[in-house]
Amino acid sequence: MPTLVGISLLAFFLVRLVPGDPVMLKLGERGADPVIYAEMKKNMGLDQPIIKQYFIFIKKAISGDLGESHVSSRKVTEEFFDRFPATMELGIAAMIFAILFGVPFGIIAAVKRNSFFDYFLMGGSLLGYSMPIFWWGLVLILVFSVQLGLTPVSGRMSVMFDIDAWSGFLLIDTLQPEVLREEGLAAFWSALRHLILPSIAMGTIPLAVMARMTRSSMLEVLGEDYIRTAKAKGLPYSKIVILHAFRNALIPIITIIGLMFGSILTGAILTETIFSWPGIGKWLVASINARDYPVIQGGVLFIATMVVIVNASVDFIYAYINPKMRT
Amino acid sequence: METRAEDTILEEPEHFFKEFWDYFKKNRGAVAGLFLILFFSIVALLAAFIAPKDPSILHSSALRLPPIWSGGTSDFLFGTDDVGRDILSRLIHGSQISMTIGFFVVLISMSFGTFLGLVSGYYGGWIDRLIMRGVDILMAFPSILLAIVVVSVMGPGIKNAIVAVAIVAIPSFTRIVRASVLAEKQKQYVQASKTFGASSFRIMFSQILPNCMAPLIVQATLGFSDGILNAAALGFLGLGAQPPTAEWGTMLADARPFIESSPWMVTLPGICILVVVLGFNLFGDGLRDALDPRLKK
Repeated sequence: MPTLVGISLLAFFLVRLVPGDPVMLKLGERGADPVIYAEMKKNMGLDQPIIKQYFIFIKKAISGDLGESHVSSRKVTEEFFDRFPATMELGIAAMIFAILFGVPFGIIAAVKRNSFFDYFLMGGSLLGYSMPIFWWGLVLILVFSVQLGLTPVSGRMSVMFDIDAWSGFLLIDTLQPEVLREEGLAAFWSALRHLILPSIAMGTIPLAVMARMTRSSMLEVLGEDYIRTAKAKGLPYSKIVILHAFRNALIPIITIIGLMFGSILTGAILTETIFSWPGIGKWLVASINARDYPVIQGGVLFIATMVVIVNASVDFIYAYINPKMRT
Repeated sequence: METRAEDTILEEPEHFFKEFWDYFKKNRGAVAGLFLILFFSIVALLAAFIAPKDPSILHSSALRLPPIWSGGTSDFLFGTDDVGRDILSRLIHGSQISMTIGFFVVLISMSFGTFLGLVSGYYGGWIDRLIMRGVDILMAFPSILLAIVVVSVMGPGIKNAIVAVAIVAIPSFTRIVRASVLAEKQKQYVQASKTFGASSFRIMFSQILPNCMAPLIVQATLGFSDGILNAAALGFLGLGAQPPTAEWGTMLADARPFIESSPWMVTLPGICILVVVLGFNLFGDGLRDALDPRLKK
């Protein structure tokens, strides 16, 4: 709780320090008239003392009102939830990509320890870990979109399709019965093809972390006595690895997946900018450029609060599945 | 019998650095990382002498010339950019900027982070709670988002980007130092110093700190790569180094519109960022393995 108060303070005051006058930005050329200026300032709540502004902000935030965007005049919460599914869809796709490849890579590297495979996979994962994703996204576009023409360059879906947002997750929305009746699977494929490159770009660093984590976690478990016992009983090695070792190596892996939530959001800011993905990251960067106070403080508050909540629940789940951690 | 006993007495303990180097050199990746770092450091230091051309001179007769391996001329080995600047020279000067950024980011974040970690771990109580709360708050923000907000408060530019990236990096140093201090504080040499009447300041900085160096050095190496990466990301978003500065992230942002016609403008600066960051990560991993006594067998 004190952390949340700290976050709200930081979000609020840091944003107030951003140079530039939001009233002038909103009024543009008309800002010259002092009467209109004063009225506008009052409407935006910026004529109050700053401490009072903060308490008004908190009071409203607790009741779920983060104010209105100075730019679009829509509610910040509305704008946030409009874009949140896009970021979540991308984030989930990126995590699936990371888990799908990272975990098997880690297992193979651990089982074939110190072999060519191990060095190759671990070298590759260190390369992935060092990847500047804003460049990686451009390279993926260059290879797959520009040269091979396999995937679209940007956006979430071809503009041909007009889909009702039901869940906001396009992969789900395009499978609604009425969409399928009109477009068949074309809309779904379009959404899926748009999703591929951004999720690879965003999932590369988590993949690398996952592979390294899985490897070290597996190595630890493979050295345990009960693995030797299983071997002595004559169980096939593949069965030992999957049934005995991997199950116990899963605990730290699950923890890492939970803790990656924050880095997924970091990745979203850069990935969405490159692929023009209409999510939270791109929205925040645009709002910072537009000095849209309520959006920046609301968005930042939202994200930081989510990170805190997710991390706390990871701790909780961790204590639940691993009795050793209970104190 | 006698000589053997004497031998064991006279035999000096292996010198720390020799022992360290023996472990370190076995890790080929780490040695490769060290060479990459040395290579880029030398390039950065000698940039003014080895760059074939001035990085900001516009060669109007050679716009977007491809590199030599895809049909360019030997005059511009890595080709030219959209206004006819020599890319090789810009990359060489860019290494100077990136290495400088990395150095100052580590210097600033390590100084503040170490101080806070020492104080927090040593004094405990409400000071500890206050500092760690601050660390928790900083860590709740996605790093690049916080850096973006900080830069937009202070205005874009290299110096402000360094400060922003350094602020984001402070918590990791604080946590690592605090954890080591908590372990060291219990040891007898600290108790002994206290009995002799050493001041808290002296105990913290000249007794405890040297014993926390191993994890701190590893974190500093990894902080270097994070710093370079984040600063390049800010440059890419237009918030770090400003054009026409030859900074790798800024070069990438400039090159983006030409990705289809002149792909080398995009690939080359990115490869530089990747290789430098990889070098520091390889080196850092190797350091951690060599310095962590638990991993020695």
